[in-house]
Amino acid sequence: MNPLLTVSNLSYCKKDKSWFAKQERFSLAPVSFELKAGETMAIMGENGSGKSLLAKLLVGVARPSAGEILLNGESLHDKRQRFQAIRMIFQHSKESLNPALTLGSLLEEPLILNTDLDARERKRKIEETLKLVGMLPEHQYFYRHMLSEGQRQRVAVARALILNPQVLVADEPFAALDPSVRSQTVNLLMKLQRDLGLGFIFISHNLGIVRHISDRILVLEAGQLVESGKTDVIFNWPKSDYTRRLIHAYQALISRDD
Amino acid sequence: MPKSSFYDEEFYPSPVRQTWNEFQRNHIALAGLWCLGFFVLLVLLGPWFLPFGPLDQNTDAILLPPAWDANGDVTHLFGTDGIGRDLLTRVVHGCQITFGVSFFLVLLAMLVGCSIGAYAGMSHGLRASIINHLLDAIMAIPTLLIAIIIVAILGTGLMNSMWAITLALIPQFIHHTRDMVRGEYRKEYVTAARLDGASDARIFFHSILPNMIEMLVVKATMALSVAILDISALGFLNLGAQSPSPELGAMLSDALETAYVAPWSISLPGAAIFLMVLSINLVGDGLRTALKNRVNQ
Repeated sequence: MNPLLTVSNLSYCKKDKSWFAKQERFSLAPVSFELKAGETMAIMGENGSGKSLLAKLLVGVARPSAGEILLNGESLHDKRQRFQAIRMIFQHSKESLNPALTLGSLLEEPLILNTDLDARERKRKIEETLKLVGMLPEHQYFYRHMLSEGQRQRVAVARALILNPQVLVADEPFAALDPSVRSQTVNLLMKLQRDLGLGFIFISHNLGIVRHISDRILVLEAGQLVESGKTDVIFNWPKSDYTRRLIHAYQALISRDD
Repeated sequence: MPKSSFYDEEFYPSPVRQTWNEFQRNHIALAGLWCLGFFVLLVLLGPWFLPFGPLDQNTDAILLPPAWDANGDVTHLFGTDGIGRDLLTRVVHGCQITFGVSFFLVLLAMLVGCSIGAYAGMSHGLRASIINHLLDAIMAIPTLLIAIIIVAILGTGLMNSMWAITLALIPQFIHHTRDMVRGEYRKEYVTAARLDGASDARIFFHSILPNMIEMLVVKATMALSVAILDISALGFLNLGAQSPSPELGAMLSDALETAYVAPWSISLPGAAIFLMVLSINLVGDGLRTALKNRVNQ
């Protein structure tokens, strides 16, 4: 089976142009990986290890210094195609929704910009997508502040899904949620992924969730790729000290809970 | 179809509705809004109901006191001035000129200021800085002084004073718009819109502008009261609207000669200016508080 997403030697180096400011360089060493359709990949690492940067490079918020991203073996030159195929779920669902717009107009925007649907078809698509993530069609008239945190997360997912993407990139989608809503969201995402056959890349500090849903893991440390492999392998036989430390910290937490 | 409210018991107001609810709690501001509404109606419909023209002279009734005075006459409700012109008519027409002109001034200043500010906010580096501070020099000089300079160059007249006041109002709109756009631009929802494939212009009009409207309304009311005061001050100094025109400031300076004999001819236009500015300030202040409360909720 051909890989859905191929990332080869993707790297990023921030050049500081300012004359006076401290020379603070943030970079990501060349990273390569492949993602198959229906596969889930987790990105792990400490704060500031370049996880979010990698996610930004994947969705196109930041421009990589070198390397390329291939979707189904084709290079992503067409911006429109890229925005459609790779969608992002933000960490803070609250901030990623515009407070002055109804959910309907929020969800309509990607459709207007990326598809040729007319107004009626757009409305139907919005209603379908809202139902898909377990909300009601009436929610399209709601504003951001009327929703609970879990509903906002669902809207964020709906926004990502509305263009029928092939890859979903999520930056700590579960961090701000309480445990019950978190497991709801996890189940929702797993179900959607199974139904729609998406490739799913997510960043998480919660190794419990990582172990639960991911097929493969990518471990980053200070912009360097430390380790990557199958979840079972990484959790049971970590090769590097760093990974071992991360996993150990998690297991210490679990055993204390018991 | 009968609309049952069984399931709508939890009512969720939109942001604009929320601001309105907050605004309604402030009764003084609400009174200001009624007063402002009255002035708007007066300006729009008033001249149609008046029997006299603003320049018509009734030589039989010179310096007639208002109708509530013992010597007054009900045909001239507010009395007449030194050459027999009906004061009520002149005050209504004066409100029309002063209020209407100020309204358009603010609208124009807002349009220009917002476009420049938005452009400055969306661009980066030296260019943004230059655009942002382009008209800052004007802020260092009081509005009236700028107006006087412009009038000194171009000559007196309502039109010239209008230009001067517009020019003086623009920089604050530039700065507020730019700061707001800068602030909003960093927020995640703009990044999300960009990932939807939105261009810069679309991001501004569809994502940022809906969030800015309330701030703009507040700033516009503040600018409106400044504009009214400046227009009438210039008229009073004989630098703006000239004598026969019923502009409120010009009426005041006209009536100055007969102020001792006919105090009503100076107090009524003065009261009109006072009430207009007061009501606008009350509304502006109420809106600002409502907005602050809504954002802090």
